[in-house]
Amino acid sequence: MSDHDHDHGEITHDGEPAAATRVRALEEVLVEKGVVDREEVRRGIDWLVSRSPAEGARLVARGWVDEEFKKRLLADARGAALELGLDPGSSPVVVAVENTEEVHHVVVCTLCSCYPRALLGPPPDWYKSLSYRSRAVADPRGVLEEFGVELDDEVEVRVVDSTADIRYLVIPRRPSGTESLGEDELAALVTRDSMIGVAQPALPTN
Amino acid sequence: MRVAARPHEGHHRTPGYVKGKSGTVERVHAAFTNPETRAYGADGLPLERLYLVGFAQAEVWDGYDGAATDRVYVDVFEHWLEAAE
Repeated sequence: MSDHDHDHGEITHDGEPAAATRVRALEEVLVEKGVVDREEVRRGIDWLVSRSPAEGARLVARGWVDEEFKKRLLADARGAALELGLDPGSSPVVVAVENTEEVHHVVVCTLCSCYPRALLGPPPDWYKSLSYRSRAVADPRGVLEEFGVELDDEVEVRVVDSTADIRYLVIPRRPSGTESLGEDELAALVTRDSMIGVAQPALPTN
Repeated sequence: MRVAARPHEGHHRTPGYVKGKSGTVERVHAAFTNPETRAYGADGLPLERLYLVGFAQAEVWDGYDGAATDRVYVDVFEHWLEAAE
């Protein structure tokens, strides 16, 4: 029992998912062998959870209001992120792809859960699920419909499977009726899901 | 381009659903370490060029029922690409 003044059972690792047990065992070994130290691990986790979709949203909003910036974003997303003072992370290379009237991109990692974490934060659980990973690539229109995105047959649906060292960020289409909005107001419309390609941006509230 | 249809024991980043399928190179990325050796503690050298290859969905999946223009883009390392005949 605990030595402080409220009651609870002994805290154990019972019920811990098998993957967590493996990770904990791996960390123990790596620390023991001096490959990593615990402070490094803590800093890594701290950095990871400090990221959020607000970072990617700033890139998209700037791209919406500044055509020249959008060209730079499409050519070199890392450079564009640095230009805005954002932290694009170390490696993986981020490539931005643009949704237009003609093409709708949706991103998946069929092999695992590759995701532009530096600009979007940790991926949602569904992105890592076997169901999304297998269905998004073979039946993208069915998956998009479940997320509430209906596209005409004339629109080319382009699934991007990030199988290797590149991470993909979708630049969603700017909603109509947002011509008078400033960059910060626009950024608030750019949701995480719209930068994965499974949603359209939010609509402005008047 | 066609993706090699060969099997590969061990870690690799070429999804099975594009093996043996023909596509077009849409973008030439940089060269990266080879995950097939790096996954086992080697340095992953020499670097391998990575390509974004686009495929028609109808070519990849039997009975694909989306639009005929729908495509799937996959990053494939150079040593998995062959000239399509």
